[in-house]
Amino acid sequence: MRPGKLLLTGAHRGAILVYVVFALFPLFWLLKVSVTPNDLLYSEGVRMWPSRTTFEHFDFVIAHSAFPTFFKNSLIVSGATAIVVTILASLSGYALSRFSFKAKYWIVALMLITQMFPLVMLVAPIFRMLSPLGLTNSLTGLVIVYSAFNVPFATFLMQSFFDGIPKDLEEAAMIDGATQFVAFRQIILPLTLPGIAATLGFVFTAAWSELLFALMLISGNDAATFPVGLLTFVSKFSVDFGQMMAAGVLALIPACLFFLLIQRYLVQGLTAGAVKG
Amino acid sequence: MMHQSMKQNRPPLRKRIADASEPYLYSAPALILIVAVMLVPLVVGISYAFRDIQLLNPFSGGFIGLDHFRALSQDDAFFGALRNTLWWTGASVFFQFTFGLILALLLDKPFYGRGLVQALVFLPWAVPSFLAGLNWAWLFNPVIGPLPHWLYALGLLDEPHNILSDPHLAMWGPIVANVWWGIPFFAITLLAALQAIPRDLYEAASIDGAGPVQRFMSITLPFLAPTIAITVLLRTVWISNFADLIVVMTNGGPADRTQIVASYIFTQAFKRLDFGYASAIALVLLVLLLVYSMLIVLLRQTMLNKG
Amino acid sequence: MASIDIESVRKSYGPFPVLHGVDLTIKDGEFIVLVGPSGCGKSTLLRMIAGLEEVTSGEIRISGNRVNDLAPKDRDIAMVFQSYALYPHMSVADNMSYSLRLRKTAKEKIASAVGAAATKLGLDPLLERRPKALSGGQRQRVAMGRAIVRQPKAFLFDEPLSNLDARLREQMRAEIKKLHADLKATSIYVTHDQIEAMTLADRIVAMHGGIVQQVGSPLELYDTPANLFVAGFIGSPGMNFLEGRYVVSAEGDGKGASEGAGIRLSDGTVVPVARRTDIQPDAAVTLGIRPEHVVISDTGMLEASVDLVEPTGFGIILHLSLHGLPFKIFTLDRDALSAGPKVRVDFPRKYLHVFDEKGDRAD
Repeated sequence: MRPGKLLLTGAHRGAILVYVVFALFPLFWLLKVSVTPNDLLYSEGVRMWPSRTTFEHFDFVIAHSAFPTFFKNSLIVSGATAIVVTILASLSGYALSRFSFKAKYWIVALMLITQMFPLVMLVAPIFRMLSPLGLTNSLTGLVIVYSAFNVPFATFLMQSFFDGIPKDLEEAAMIDGATQFVAFRQIILPLTLPGIAATLGFVFTAAWSELLFALMLISGNDAATFPVGLLTFVSKFSVDFGQMMAAGVLALIPACLFFLLIQRYLVQGLTAGAVKG
Repeated sequence: MMHQSMKQNRPPLRKRIADASEPYLYSAPALILIVAVMLVPLVVGISYAFRDIQLLNPFSGGFIGLDHFRALSQDDAFFGALRNTLWWTGASVFFQFTFGLILALLLDKPFYGRGLVQALVFLPWAVPSFLAGLNWAWLFNPVIGPLPHWLYALGLLDEPHNILSDPHLAMWGPIVANVWWGIPFFAITLLAALQAIPRDLYEAASIDGAGPVQRFMSITLPFLAPTIAITVLLRTVWISNFADLIVVMTNGGPADRTQIVASYIFTQAFKRLDFGYASAIALVLLVLLLVYSMLIVLLRQTMLNKG
Repeated sequence: MASIDIESVRKSYGPFPVLHGVDLTIKDGEFIVLVGPSGCGKSTLLRMIAGLEEVTSGEIRISGNRVNDLAPKDRDIAMVFQSYALYPHMSVADNMSYSLRLRKTAKEKIASAVGAAATKLGLDPLLERRPKALSGGQRQRVAMGRAIVRQPKAFLFDEPLSNLDARLREQMRAEIKKLHADLKATSIYVTHDQIEAMTLADRIVAMHGGIVQQVGSPLELYDTPANLFVAGFIGSPGMNFLEGRYVVSAEGDGKGASEGAGIRLSDGTVVPVARRTDIQPDAAVTLGIRPEHVVISDTGMLEASVDLVEPTGFGIILHLSLHGLPFKIFTLDRDALSAGPKVRVDFPRKYLHVFDEKGDRAD
């Protein structure tokens, strides 16, 4: 290799390293504090790793707080939302990708505009709508609200995946004897699995993180989700950093796992969309 | 029988209805949900802007016309929040985009372990926003976080104190957290767009004698331009609405120095329980964002027409 | 198997007409090739027969039954796509059996149908593979196999060979022909390649600009093209055209002008032709002759300058200028390789085509 090229490669790897460190350092710090024993927390200051580690914070969070309930609630809400949204978005994304119909333009416009709503504005009206239905303080209510919020973006995501699949395949299936819906289910959907994975992961992560509506629609611990739990925890034990960060690490795990599984499909899906546009 | 012998060319009514309704059947479930849970509440929310809605006041609820907007025009805190929103949105989008683009360019080159690196640098996106806020608040906390000490060591701070409680620096806290959290979004979209550029274009340009800078200017940028335009637009709108980090990290303080319009609405609604006033502010924000989007779209249209 | 009737079928996309009224009757077991340049409407017509495009007006009948309003799945036809459209997530066997499975055919029946089709196409060792693991030619075979397992009323082919290289295309062409001889299935085949059209068709339908130009056997189209378009499209290298005027009292050249008809070219040379009854004297006409029919002879009546000599191995193509107009000759005579700067050529009268002002054949 020429020295110039070597230098360039070195700079490239160096820059990448800076990014990786920047991305991971805050998460690393979270983990570090969560395993630092209380008596070392103040004395060891900015040390990169404590001289002694402990899991007592995790123990406390899991055994002596409502976190297991929060965790379960969040899993249910995020999982159900992800599934509902993916089903709805597959259908509507398919409609946008494969049909040309009069209202298409308006549907796209509506979905784009919903992305601009200041969601705070919707809290009171939604609360008033859900309350007589008994859907406040319920996980079902959260699933409905989260599903609505996430359907527009998920629709565009699925549409870009469908756009990447040649129309010939449905036509062949329809000539083979399938209705369009059967072709969609048996031929197109199986080919969109990466897209479905990406959508599932995206929506799961979004629902896992949602704070505002979880805070407003839920009162009491029974139906509280992880973000709400963590926030109450923070305001209640605001000096017990070890326990808070242990809770934070736990909150991080499912979302990050999901994300690591689907992130490569995300780029793929957007590439397919970009090729078309 | 009659109908068949008439050889009419229009298909039978039933088939026409079935054909025309098919796309609507596919999109109906999603649409119903969006209309019921977003559009209807939005309309109701807009009506709140013209009513006196206070959650704890049983006598509230009356129609008060433009009173909220009159009050708003006198509200210094609102105008302060508007200025802060510009600052917050501008700085966040600028840094997210710049670092996102650089990251996308770095990742577009094949190297050993690219898949792993990609997964790691995109990870912040998966971190729940409130947790990202808490995490950065902790990092800025001199008791348990290293950042104040490092900034002090670098000579950027006089003493290792928490910048989140310093009125002059506080806004940088949420912005840094937002940049950390938002780089992956830009990087992912731009990387996808980069990978869609046909490779032979670069080869052709190299053969024609274009250097790396010229190749970037004459191929990469024009190809990325539509993606950049749309992501910057969406992101700007989204970030101006995005109050989570600020609410978690500073709650608008100190002295309203980090109060943006979105967090101001939040405060009005949930601290003072004045939903009518909060809705009026939200409506103003929505209109501003719509106007902004329209301007960008128009600008893009005129630029396209010229090109 | 079935006959297919197409009756004044039109297609337009909004205000843009694509097909201007097509009439065609396809007999049971016939192999029809729709040929024409891209954009001529041949694929649209095929897709309308398949049910993938709506019929704007007119009627399509399969075995006498109107199918305009039937979904593709109810028409009982099979189609081979240009892209093959194999289902990527299914094995070859599953691809081939999909239509039978949709029809809830019995398992044993499916197995035997797939087995028979696979054997016919030499796909036996590939049945468990995914399409991704196949070569282009193998994919093409699977697409064919998928069509034949069902024994449909008709086969539709949409440029099925255009993604293959030249050698493979030739081989598959022969196989399709053999398969048709074997199955005797009504087939409609769309291509822009006139060699495929010539070799495969019982009858060729030549299309241009959404209008059927001529329907006939390959040799009919070659020997008596109905108009300038067909004359120019069928045959390679393409027919030579020379503008001129039809004259009746030939200023005799001494030989064979007894009929007293000819075409006067722009420089005054008169090319004698058989008398045509459907044009008036002195009408503007176009004279056509195929490159392979032009004769080089020292006593030829026209002199042309040689621009380019193209040996193809099998024969030689000479590019000439005749009064400044480009003109081609195809000959098997190797002496043509060393042709001088000028050659003299003759136009045998029986190979001359005359087209009137509108471009239609004049006899």
